[in-house]
Amino acid sequence: MGLFDDFAKQRVFAVQEFTLLSSRALGNVFRSPHYATDIVRQMDFIGFGSLPIVVLTGFFTGAVLALQSANTLSTFGETSLTGQLVMLSLVRELGPVLTSLMVAGRNSSGMASELGSMVVSEQIDAMRALGTDPSKKLVTPRLVATVLMLPMLTIISDFMGLLGGFATSFFIIRLNPGQYWYSAYQSLEFEDVFQGLLKPFVFAFIVALVGCYYGLTTTGGTQGVGRSTTQAVVAASVLILVSDFFLTKIILWLLA
Amino acid sequence: MTERLAQETVVEFDRVTLRFETKAVLREISFTLQRGETKIVLGAAGSGKSVLLKLTMGLWQPDSGRITVLGEEISHRGEDELFVVRRKIGMVFQEGALFDSLTIGENVGYVFERLPAVSPEEAERRAREALRFVELEQTFDLYPSQLSGGMRRRVAIARAVVGQPELMLYDSPTAGLDPITAARIMTLIVKQRDVGRVSSLLVTHRVQDAIQMARSYYDARQENLLPAGQDGARRDTHTRFLVLREGELVFHGSLEELAAQRDPYLQEFLA
Ligand SMILES: Nc1ncnc2c1ncn2[C@@H]1O[C@H](COP(=O)(O)OP(=O)(O)OP(=O)(O)O)[C@@H](O)[C@H]1O
Ligand SMILES: [Mg+2]
Repeated sequence: MGLFDDFAKQRVFAVQEFTLLSSRALGNVFRSPHYATDIVRQMDFIGFGSLPIVVLTGFFTGAVLALQSANTLSTFGETSLTGQLVMLSLVRELGPVLTSLMVAGRNSSGMASELGSMVVSEQIDAMRALGTDPSKKLVTPRLVATVLMLPMLTIISDFMGLLGGFATSFFIIRLNPGQYWYSAYQSLEFEDVFQGLLKPFVFAFIVALVGCYYGLTTTGGTQGVGRSTTQAVVAASVLILVSDFFLTKIILWLLA
Repeated sequence: MTERLAQETVVEFDRVTLRFETKAVLREISFTLQRGETKIVLGAAGSGKSVLLKLTMGLWQPDSGRITVLGEEISHRGEDELFVVRRKIGMVFQEGALFDSLTIGENVGYVFERLPAVSPEEAERRAREALRFVELEQTFDLYPSQLSGGMRRRVAIARAVVGQPELMLYDSPTAGLDPITAARIMTLIVKQRDVGRVSSLLVTHRVQDAIQMARSYYDARQENLLPAGQDGARRDTHTRFLVLREGELVFHGSLEELAAQRDPYLQEFLA
């Protein structure tokens, strides 16, 4: 019983700490000083740095989607709908979710290990001693940069996925190229674009805040840094998938 | 030059207790530090010396008791309010704690980032001056990872003194340094005490540093340390000792009083 109590207390405490950090990081957006150079540096690191993996995952996701759906659709003699299927799956779900998962794997872990190393080497203490609030200098720039870059990366990933789907349908399934693009373009509606951009916007908060939270709460030396890094990726990924379900539910309810 | 001789309390601990989970790492600590005075903090590894300095800087909050620094009570204050006090304190962390992602020059000049009154040119000039002080001006554009451990420690000292603080917190500033560098750092600390009337808390494991601190004074004409009491005049070196043992303050007094103690734990430190 005592063990369970301790565990529950720890969880509640962690949630409380996380909420506090999140509200501080958000509040800082409206308070000076603003560390503009740090934001730009993070945007470059998160946005430009993630491009290769986002381009590759986007392209091959689209390609395999086309392959699978053409296979299924051919049993109904409807391979002409491949473009539509690829487009909708990508824009609504796979683009936002896969891009966010990739960025979480790359950047939540990066943030956790960077901030974690700063904690164990007392650099965070030194920063506070020199009069800088780490939540302003370290967390807010990462949050702002992720929120700005993740939706853009998602758009790029969606586009690459469409190209991948096109490559499959043109070279392997041998569909008429005009038909692929036409059915893809025709199917897209405002609701799809809306949820396709709202999702990465929300996931960006998860990626940045979870990464920073695990980094800043690191204890136990270099070993602790490794632990925070893994925990950050796991927590961010799970949270992205869980919140994706609820977000979709809410959006469908709103649009109904 | 008018020297203020009036007693002025710079740091006051009033029955301060700090716990980590259930373990008390500092128990009912009370002492005061006057302006121009140095307290040398001794104690075995893990006795709570670093924790004491971090509490003085307001990096942690005590579980009970009050800490007053430079006339401001710092326990239970927000980060923004603490900055006003912290600006007047310099701290040398045990492991240096330089920012890896910044150059040496940026590390030393970091404190000016929050002080718009100091222009960037002025900030750079003062950063270079502080680095020259520890004879590392040539490392201005290097990164901390390109320096040796002893050089990093000296940079950490430059970073702590660059803002001309009224209170210095040194956590083992000479640990693991060669004798020449260690001697130069001790000269610097004594000079700050005697010329600048800077108060300090100095954690050290090296007895020779502690004794030198207590028995010498800085002579401005010869720019060197001279033994106090050599010319017959009894000089007060304003140096007292604090000894911690498992989180408790077991001794507070002068070098002579410490030397006269019969307790084996206390005798260990002057052995
Ligand atoms: N962040 C922390 N979390 C939990 N316990 C800590 C933390 N920092 C220090 N302690 C504990 O506080 C006690 C005092 O530590 P402190 O670092 O002050 O020792 P110290 O006197 O500076 O030792 P050393 O001479 O080795 O530097 C130790 O028992 C240590 O385990
Ligand atoms: Mg220590």
